[in-house]
Amino acid sequence: MLRRFVLCCLLLCAPFGALALTPEQAKAIADGDSDERIAALTAAAAEGAPGLAEFVQALLDDAVKVAGDKVYIVRDDKAVDAATGAPATLPAEAEDVVNNNRVRGALNAARASLQLFSPDVVARRAGVTELQKESLEEAQLPLIEKAYAAETDAALKAALERMRATILVSSPDKAKRLAAVEALAGSGQSTVASLIQERLAPDAETDPEVRAKLGMALDGIRAKLAWGERAGVVFTGISLGSILLLAALGLAITYGLMGVINMAHGELIMIGAYATYVVQNVFKAYLPGIFDLYILAAIPLAFLAAALVGAAMERSVIRWLYGRPLETLLATWGISLVLMQGVRTLFGAQNVPVENPAWLSGGVQVFSNLTLPFNRIAIIVFAALVLGGLAYLVARTRLGLFVRGVTQNRRMAACVGVNTAKVDTYAFALGSGIAGLAGCALSQVGNVGPDLGQSYIVDSFLVVVLGGVGQLAGTVYAALGLGVLNKLLEGWAGAVLAKIMVLVFIVIFIQKRPQGIFAMKGRSAEA
Amino acid sequence: MSAVLPTAAAAPVAPTRFLSLKHWFGVFAALVAVLVVAPVLNLVVPEGSVFHMSDFAVGLVGKIMCYAICALAMDLIWGYTGILSLGHGVFFALGGYAMGMYLMRQIGTDGQYRSEMPDFMVFLNWKEFPWHWSLSDSFVFQALMVVLVPGLLAFVFGFFAFRSRIKGVYFSIITQAMTFAAMLLFFRNETGFGGNNGFTDFKRILGVPIATPDMRMFLFVLTGCTLIGFFVLARWLVNSKFGRVLQAIRDAESRVMFTGYDPIRYKLTIWVISAVMCGIAGALYVPQVGIINPSEMSPAASIEMAIWAAVGGRGTLIGPIVGAFFVNGGKSLFTQYFPEFWLYVLGALFIAVTLFLPNGIVGLLRRAKKETRA
Repeated sequence: MLRRFVLCCLLLCAPFGALALTPEQAKAIADGDSDERIAALTAAAAEGAPGLAEFVQALLDDAVKVAGDKVYIVRDDKAVDAATGAPATLPAEAEDVVNNNRVRGALNAARASLQLFSPDVVARRAGVTELQKESLEEAQLPLIEKAYAAETDAALKAALERMRATILVSSPDKAKRLAAVEALAGSGQSTVASLIQERLAPDAETDPEVRAKLGMALDGIRAKLAWGERAGVVFTGISLGSILLLAALGLAITYGLMGVINMAHGELIMIGAYATYVVQNVFKAYLPGIFDLYILAAIPLAFLAAALVGAAMERSVIRWLYGRPLETLLATWGISLVLMQGVRTLFGAQNVPVENPAWLSGGVQVFSNLTLPFNRIAIIVFAALVLGGLAYLVARTRLGLFVRGVTQNRRMAACVGVNTAKVDTYAFALGSGIAGLAGCALSQVGNVGPDLGQSYIVDSFLVVVLGGVGQLAGTVYAALGLGVLNKLLEGWAGAVLAKIMVLVFIVIFIQKRPQGIFAMKGRSAEA
Repeated sequence: MSAVLPTAAAAPVAPTRFLSLKHWFGVFAALVAVLVVAPVLNLVVPEGSVFHMSDFAVGLVGKIMCYAICALAMDLIWGYTGILSLGHGVFFALGGYAMGMYLMRQIGTDGQYRSEMPDFMVFLNWKEFPWHWSLSDSFVFQALMVVLVPGLLAFVFGFFAFRSRIKGVYFSIITQAMTFAAMLLFFRNETGFGGNNGFTDFKRILGVPIATPDMRMFLFVLTGCTLIGFFVLARWLVNSKFGRVLQAIRDAESRVMFTGYDPIRYKLTIWVISAVMCGIAGALYVPQVGIINPSEMSPAASIEMAIWAAVGGRGTLIGPIVGAFFVNGGKSLFTQYFPEFWLYVLGALFIAVTLFLPNGIVGLLRRAKKETRA
């Protein structure tokens, strides 16, 4: 993606045919000893030789051949002279230019540094980002200073200044070093922190004044990084919590309100994910033009697919087992086995690939060490929307009223004319459909495979139990609380131990408060 | 709800004498089959004969008898006390691991790395045994652990769970969480139980090579006798006053409490007995199958134990044994000939048994017998 983008920029900045490297330069860059080639490349870049950008790109694309003194760029079987840009016929003895990793790195750096002078701010930004990844050398200093002088964008100017400082921090001139440390202190990047640490090694920096400044700068950067990390933990915690919430919301209906132990809930999530996969494939095959919108079509279809399976389950099996929770547990476990194996038969036992639409990939960078991915943000928003919709449905609509009525007092509801059997089916289908929505969301952040549901079933039951049966609000607190707690512990004790600690915590918690965080009052609690 | 309106008892009223003459005869026949018939068919009858019992069959039946012990344990806690545990796999695996530790030590220097340490420890670059391995080269100690570790875990877990009156589905779910947590723990290399791969490649037990026909037959006979012993014990338990109280707890726990019994003690006792039975089954299972790994602790493995008991008929004692043989026999048949379909069959079994056969195969047979008589 970035690569293609860079290529476009380069083509824009360097109109075709305007090549004006000297043949000697081209030859020196393309042929010979690696060190000499890199030296020639750096010299040409510092000079700002016109046409270098295209030539570097061609080298990176392995499209350059050398024959004698002449260097050719070969694209689509058409050769041009690298120096003049004039069409040429390729001599038979022409040999490919081979770039080892070191040369390739230098070429990447050169390409990035050339971009620093592009009139397009986007290209300059890309160049800066690329250069930040490279380890900079003294020789690149004039180039960066030149770019720094010409830069108008404030953020880029600051980045270039930092880059200059990373070079100058090892300069022999003490004043320059001090200024460089000053500039570096404002940064919040882990690479800068490790650079400073390197300088703080006993044999690297000897001047006590500079050392003190370096130490202060390091503390400042570390503090900034720590904030990024903390924010990251909270974000991933909320993200995990929203995923748990989505997985558990459906269960809050089927188990929490209806009292049905549905061990196949995880498989309903899986069905939602596979429905998303199918919709994605249909869009890829028939509607490639609007592929990015497939997710919008997948959401209702995932809901429908899971809801239909859920309704069928309720009508055929669960209906006969109301009031016998342990039997329901076993029967629905059987259903989950059948559904899993069914998916294996239909789609194979391997995981299937589900792509993010373009607008969900990437992320927004908040700190230098914290990028919030769009798909995670989208899931948090989605979970909030589903929650809102469900709360509205249960509290404000006729169906919600019936569901609450039937769960509170089935006989009385039947007496006043509610078709309780129908309400059961609808409610169960609703809970299942929400599991489908969870699957649709999960397909965007994780693997989609037949075992998808198994990994969520234990978690989502615990969320519902912890939150308190029959409580939407409790489910929300439990899901978010568990998510954040899990991630906090993960940072401290590692993923597996964190999981175990959370499980133990829940077991202990349920000992203390068997009815969950929000116990229901009244007789129904003893049921 | 169930406390107020008891559902009909699943089990028929048990006879007062805990084993009638007919039953004693059945137990005796089973003993003869295990002690005499199977060894003769396997070791004496030549291989070509139709009556020869193959080594494969010995291994399979031996394995299923271990499962049958688990099913029996499951039945005591679920069929007779009404507590559905989804965590019995942990007790089974803990017993297995305790035995496995001893068997690992018995490998001695015959492992791949020719070291005193088990291969996985050499692989992890451990220089000395972790603390929980310190006495593992003693058979007596590890045999004690087979009983103590599952028993203690069950006691602690059950004590807290029953004391806070966790029952029904809640209990099932937290036992499932327990087995899930234990599985994650045992998957880790740091725990010192071989991580993913668990224990395998056993060479000998009590100094005797483990893979010889005689040893295999010995383990088979031992398992069979244990199963029969546990059956008699269970029979005695459920027909005693203790067993009656258990069944009363199953049918109406509140009433039992209100008549002055303390259900927690009864539940805790049977829960620990059941866990220990599972642990012993695991210890017998490991040398016969030759491997133990954390997948035995997966929630699916535990829930399958419930289905063995349910298929055979819970609330009867012969039922779980029948069910274990029926389901696992079917499993090895299907996984051999139609591996694709086994999960469909197992799933359908779960559904069909709960919907149509609440008393399992044994219940069905009894009803058929009654109808032909009438």
